[in-house]
Amino acid sequence: MNTLASIDRRILGRWAFSGAAGLTLGFILLPLFFVTWLAFFRQEIPAFPPDGYSLKWFWAIAKHDKFVQGFWLSLQVAIAAMVIGLALGVPAALCLARYRFFGREPLSSLLLLPLVVPGIVLGTSIYVFHVELTIATELPVIGSLAGLVAGHVLVVIPWCVRLVAASLAGVDRSVEEAAQSLGATPPVTFFRITLPTIRPGIVAAALFGFVVSFGNLEMTLFLVGVGRTTLPIAILQYLEWRIDPTIAAVSVLQILLIGAAMAVTDRFVKLSRVV
Amino acid sequence: MAGLRLEHLSKSFGATVAVRDVTLDVGDGEFLVLLGPSGCGKTTTLRMIAGFIAPTAGRVHLGGREITALPPWKRNAGIVFQSYALFPHLTVAENVAFGLEMRKLSKAEIAPKVAEALRLVRLDHLGERLPRQLSGGQQQRVALARALAIRPDVLLLDEPLSNLDAKLRETVRIEIRELQRQLGITTVMVTHDQEEALIMADRLVVMSEGEVKQVGTQRELYEQPANRFVAGFVGRSNFLAGTMVSPGRFETRGGVAISCAAGLTGPAVIALRPERLALGSAAGGLENHMQGTVELVSYLGASVDVHVRVSPADRIVVTQPNRVDARTPEEGERIDVGWPKGAAVVFPDDGTHAGA
Ligand SMILES: Nc1ncnc2c1ncn2[C@@H]1O[C@H](COP(=O)(O)OP(=O)(O)O)[C@@H](O)[C@H]1O
Ligand SMILES: [Mg+2]
Repeated sequence: MNTLASIDRRILGRWAFSGAAGLTLGFILLPLFFVTWLAFFRQEIPAFPPDGYSLKWFWAIAKHDKFVQGFWLSLQVAIAAMVIGLALGVPAALCLARYRFFGREPLSSLLLLPLVVPGIVLGTSIYVFHVELTIATELPVIGSLAGLVAGHVLVVIPWCVRLVAASLAGVDRSVEEAAQSLGATPPVTFFRITLPTIRPGIVAAALFGFVVSFGNLEMTLFLVGVGRTTLPIAILQYLEWRIDPTIAAVSVLQILLIGAAMAVTDRFVKLSRVV
Repeated sequence: MAGLRLEHLSKSFGATVAVRDVTLDVGDGEFLVLLGPSGCGKTTTLRMIAGFIAPTAGRVHLGGREITALPPWKRNAGIVFQSYALFPHLTVAENVAFGLEMRKLSKAEIAPKVAEALRLVRLDHLGERLPRQLSGGQQQRVALARALAIRPDVLLLDEPLSNLDAKLRETVRIEIRELQRQLGITTVMVTHDQEEALIMADRLVVMSEGEVKQVGTQRELYEQPANRFVAGFVGRSNFLAGTMVSPGRFETRGGVAISCAAGLTGPAVIALRPERLALGSAAGGLENHMQGTVELVSYLGASVDVHVRVSPADRIVVTQPNRVDARTPEEGERIDVGWPKGAAVVFPDDGTHAGA
């Protein structure tokens, strides 16, 4: 009796788990599915069922300058933010993981803060900061490309620090000590042993940094200058006037780009192992 | 090759004293084992020799040269860690070559040395594998080959066998021992496993709570333990607490009178090796013999442990070899226990180890 009941409970538990997992997955995939479907509708005003299918909205993207320029700007900003974010985040993660120093815990929390602060708040405060900075230094900080990239670096850093620190935590200290006992100085140890060992974490950090920057809208709204539009902002502006499936087509391309980046990354490192 | 000398070496971490005033000489080519319970400061001592931690006080000399202030990469010490610590992204051959590359040897010089080191540990066929493609025992041998390839002045082993399963451990410890003899390399190994220590060492250092309790050969530690800790840690001992009433006369708390060879008087503890005691008729002619009751018999295969109560406060374990013709005593039986005077070692009772 008892064992039967426990087997029942186990089967029930497994079903509940599968059910919950399926629901969650559906919840995530459903919008992606509809967006992709919508991108191929023929008519201008989306309605179900569609009149027919067409690829014309994908051509419409290329004709719309705002999208093309926005894409290039987003790409440039995301790459710059990713590179700078890594250059700052990797050493920061190293210090946090390796050294015990005064104020380590608060610093560690501080570096993750941009994740928790809402984008609007972040954008507003950086904007105010830029205004003050422009007044104080008389440099053209407001709406500058440098200001935009700096803002994006801020949202990229938490990801770099977190992912690199996580992969550093998996590195056995004695591996580095072994290298030193064999004659490697600390810099040689870092470049020949530590860095290759945490490469998966760095690759993942680069990917996530890129994706987070590329898709950022709220904060970016406050930081772009005249005539400088990132892709998410171009999409928003387009939506203010029209709701034809061009937007869906742009989204599909964006999903494909990010999906491809993840697939390529996954070939080098198993993402599921680092994140 | 070179001898190693530790002089009054101490290390404190904040308020904890991990190592206290350790002075040791390791001869050229000697295999020295630091033995002690976990937390007694063995690893800390080894890490000070390797240069990973700076001693709070004291000096380290290697090959007649003081190296206390040298960083690890200038010490020429080969180390094998408990976790093996192989470089996960390099092949076996690249792992072994690493130390030679650091010594700025040319590719042409490195290749034969790597092959030689791998041959020593019988892994010459696995040079192209990555560490994760090897078994634990093979990884352990790569770690050894990597440490030996640089021809270190001293080889340091920190519990190198504790991640291997019991069967493998038995063969590997003989292999390491023979390799060390063959190369004549000065070696310091750390372990908490006394069997491992006894099998591998030329000489042992028994440590407890950061201090060296005794240094000596296996025989010296076993036959002449310097203190109660060593008597209990190396091999087994029966401890009977009591008083030396006069030189040569001991009386247990339970009132059993024992004659022994010690000259001291006052509170004392007497230590008796279980296998040095005789039971039944064999006990008859010995200097100490008394009657007791068998309370427990444990059958261990090669031997039998007989627990005999000789007074309300004193129980003695006697180990008997399990011979074909031997009669195993029964629980509840009255039996004679005896031992010659020289079988007992007496320590003054400093009140530290309460209970036997
Ligand atoms: N880095 C450290 N910081 C603080 N205490 C330490 C450190 N390393 C070791 N200790 C302490 O020093 C003592 C000896 O440790 P260790 O040398 O590792 O012992 P063993 O190797 O004999 O098990 C222990 O009490 C341990 O807690
Ligand atoms: Mg240890």
